[in-house]
Amino acid sequence: MNIKFTINNKPVSIDIEDENTPLLWVVRDILDLKGTKFGCGKAACGACTLHVDDVAVRSCSYAVKFAKDKNVTTIEGLGDVENPHPVQQAWIEEVVPQCGYCQPGFMMATAALLKENPNPTDEDIDKNIINICRCATYYRMRKAIHRAAELTQESKN
Amino acid sequence: MAKKKISRRKFLVRGGLGTLGVLALGTYVFRNPIRREIIDFADSFVSPYSGTGTEPNLWFEITKDNTVILHSPKVEMGQGTFTGLAQIAADELDIDINQIQVIAASTASGIVDGLGTGGSLSVASMWMPLREMAATIRKMITIEAAKKLEIPVENLSTQNGIVSGNGTKITYAKAVENVTEWEIPDTPKLKPVADYKLVGKPVARIDLKAKVFGDPIFGMDAEMEDMLHAVVIRPEHIGATYKSANFNKAAQMPGVVKVVQIEDWIGVVAKTYAQALAAKMEVDVEWNIPKKWTEQEIRALISVGNGNEVLVQKEGDNLDDDDKEFLEIEFKSPMGAHAQIEPNGAVASYKDGKVTVILSTQVVGITQNQISKALDIDTKNINIIPTYLGGGFGRRLNTKHAIKAVQLSKEVGQPVKYFFTRKEEFQNDMFRPPTHHIMKGKLNEKGQISNLEHHFASGNVAIDSALLPDIANTILGADFGAIRGGSIHYSAIENIRAVQWHKTLPFATSWWRSLGLLANTFAIESFVDELALKGNQNPIELRLSQIKDNEEGIRLKNVIKKAQKEASYSDEVVNGKAMGFACSTDTGTPCAQIVEVSIIDNQIKVHKVTCVMDCGIAVNPDQVKAQCEGAMIMAMSAAMHEKMYIDDGQLQPTIYGPYDMALLKHAPKEINIHLIQGVDKPLPVGEPPLGPIAAAIANAVRRITGKRLTEMPLKLS
Ligand code: FES
Ligand code: FES
Repeated sequence: MNIKFTINNKPVSIDIEDENTPLLWVVRDILDLKGTKFGCGKAACGACTLHVDDVAVRSCSYAVKFAKDKNVTTIEGLGDVENPHPVQQAWIEEVVPQCGYCQPGFMMATAALLKENPNPTDEDIDKNIINICRCATYYRMRKAIHRAAELTQESKN
Repeated sequence: MAKKKISRRKFLVRGGLGTLGVLALGTYVFRNPIRREIIDFADSFVSPYSGTGTEPNLWFEITKDNTVILHSPKVEMGQGTFTGLAQIAADELDIDINQIQVIAASTASGIVDGLGTGGSLSVASMWMPLREMAATIRKMITIEAAKKLEIPVENLSTQNGIVSGNGTKITYAKAVENVTEWEIPDTPKLKPVADYKLVGKPVARIDLKAKVFGDPIFGMDAEMEDMLHAVVIRPEHIGATYKSANFNKAAQMPGVVKVVQIEDWIGVVAKTYAQALAAKMEVDVEWNIPKKWTEQEIRALISVGNGNEVLVQKEGDNLDDDDKEFLEIEFKSPMGAHAQIEPNGAVASYKDGKVTVILSTQVVGITQNQISKALDIDTKNINIIPTYLGGGFGRRLNTKHAIKAVQLSKEVGQPVKYFFTRKEEFQNDMFRPPTHHIMKGKLNEKGQISNLEHHFASGNVAIDSALLPDIANTILGADFGAIRGGSIHYSAIENIRAVQWHKTLPFATSWWRSLGLLANTFAIESFVDELALKGNQNPIELRLSQIKDNEEGIRLKNVIKKAQKEASYSDEVVNGKAMGFACSTDTGTPCAQIVEVSIIDNQIKVHKVTCVMDCGIAVNPDQVKAQCEGAMIMAMSAAMHEKMYIDDGQLQPTIYGPYDMALLKHAPKEINIHLIQGVDKPLPVGEPPLGPIAAAIANAVRRITGKRLTEMPLKLS
């Protein structure tokens, strides 16, 4: 069957036998965007987090059919070197990544949180950012999330 | 580690990297007269460099736009090694940090570090050889520049990737253009460390942008042309073997190319991963399950008094078992999983007897050898291309699954990508073994510790690992990995014993970041704290009084005192908050930590950590701090959350969540790290900070609740 949606603002049309295929594999293997990661395949780690209509979604457990006619954003569409998203800018300033594998998922989760709650408290962060980082870069992540909120505010003023 | 003299000239051409040692052996073992001879033998046994390619021109490439590419024999798994190596090389090469790139050396590059990346030794062990390599290649470039410019070498100098002299100049790239035969000079004099511009500075990670913008840099992201996808079915019960299977239905599923059965596993190869996974569900397998192991049976195997006994440390006398005066406490730690987020896997191609494998591995050379041995292919026909690793933590010191990927590719005649499901990952981890400890000790009438004994039992860490030659297992007896942190560093105590008991479990246990350090320090440092409480003494002052003023002792005392001062340590419980102290020395790096803890909703909450570490020269202080932060939170996760267990003969749990790990909300909001440079070379940093924190937390909890927690994960009730 054929499914249409937009990915990082570009319209795409996918032919796929099984509409229940997780969006993660469509993004990684068909659209060849490898920034969205596989960690567990069971919505338990958050490595595969991307946005569907600005909402954070764990794409390993989200059938591609649900993305129909929606806007999907991955880390590649969040920002780029010339034009980093405030979350990416903050991640660079705080030198957050170690191995880096979990980081796109965390940045996508953070970007979605900030959209909903531009100035999250520590408690908001604790409740909403529940991905797993085995390198345990959490200490810098918290700082980077606050910094990203600041940067977002600054860019608005 | 053997200290052999290697003439510099010889070093560069023939190499001796291996003599720097990659296995970090417990220092105390060396001092012990009983084991010394055997250990010395074993040491020289593992020493000779099993690697190749130490000619500098193999290590460095210079691109047309004058960028230097360093082929690193060490891989990058998050520990910041590429950045540290880039800083060291750039300083000796007289180039700026943005003029250098680092890539992991493939076996085809000719540079293979036979022992891999581990033991926190990457920067520490590369410090001298890389400086020498870089200084030599700079000289080699200068020699070529001299020929091209027709100016004597003595008149030339280098800066920012340019050779200049007599009013003229040439870029490194131009200087080396068309060079086919290199003149390798004697190693030039190295720059004094004080003259380095990058070493010692908090340079931003060179892989930062790739990791922030989602570049495809990991093993999981690798692809080859015409690549198929595979999943593997393995037995889920410990010790089970293949009996029979029906995969007719699976073979008919959409996209399935082939279902194969090899040894004790079944591989399903399909056009897409989702198809392979769907077909896997339709395979019906029967396994031989000779026995269903229980948690109790495994725990009973690992207990002091059971298995192979090795005296690790001996000073003065034993405690007399009839002496009713001494204190005795038993400690335990569970099995732990690596749980790195990037699953293990490989992309492999087998074509006309030639093999290419792209994967996340800590052991490039060993993986090549394993494939060679298993499939009888000459190593010269096997190229292993390591990628960035989505975490290592010791798990990827064994990447034998690469063999399966090659076998699958051979079966279907196309490249194949195979990676573990999360369940496969959890059930086939090379676990941190469970441990059991009996601590015994006694104070004398002056309140000093007169006796301290650590009796400890563990499964395999170093024993049976591919890193250690089989013969070493038999000779050594002691498991060097499990010993880490197991010796007692309170050198002023007169009567000391450290005795290891070792047993092999019916499933693989091996290297887990910091090896035995985590559990051993938990036992020793909790116990010393208990002795301090028994004697009504300040736990830090008591420790300080038990350390001799030799070089090692002074460095340890310095970190302890600095931590005491920076955290303003107090023994009092204030508003429900208490401090806990602990320290350890691992691979020559002393580390002291003080935590501030309270109990909230019957949960232990760590608010603040102060960490002081003497890691010698911090090549990149910011990344050393990042390692401390990550290591401490990972150790907190192990100390307070994580636990593998056995249920119905299977290793459990098999997914994150049930395998409880620290999340962002559990991380302390305040972490203060202070680095001391007690020696003039870089020391290991990636593992030593995992040592103290479990005991530090337990020591704080003891002050709040009066209860001594003796088992990890630490739980209040
Ligand atoms: S891969 Fe989707 S949550 Fe882990
Ligand atoms: S940076 Fe390695 S898992 Fe998060």
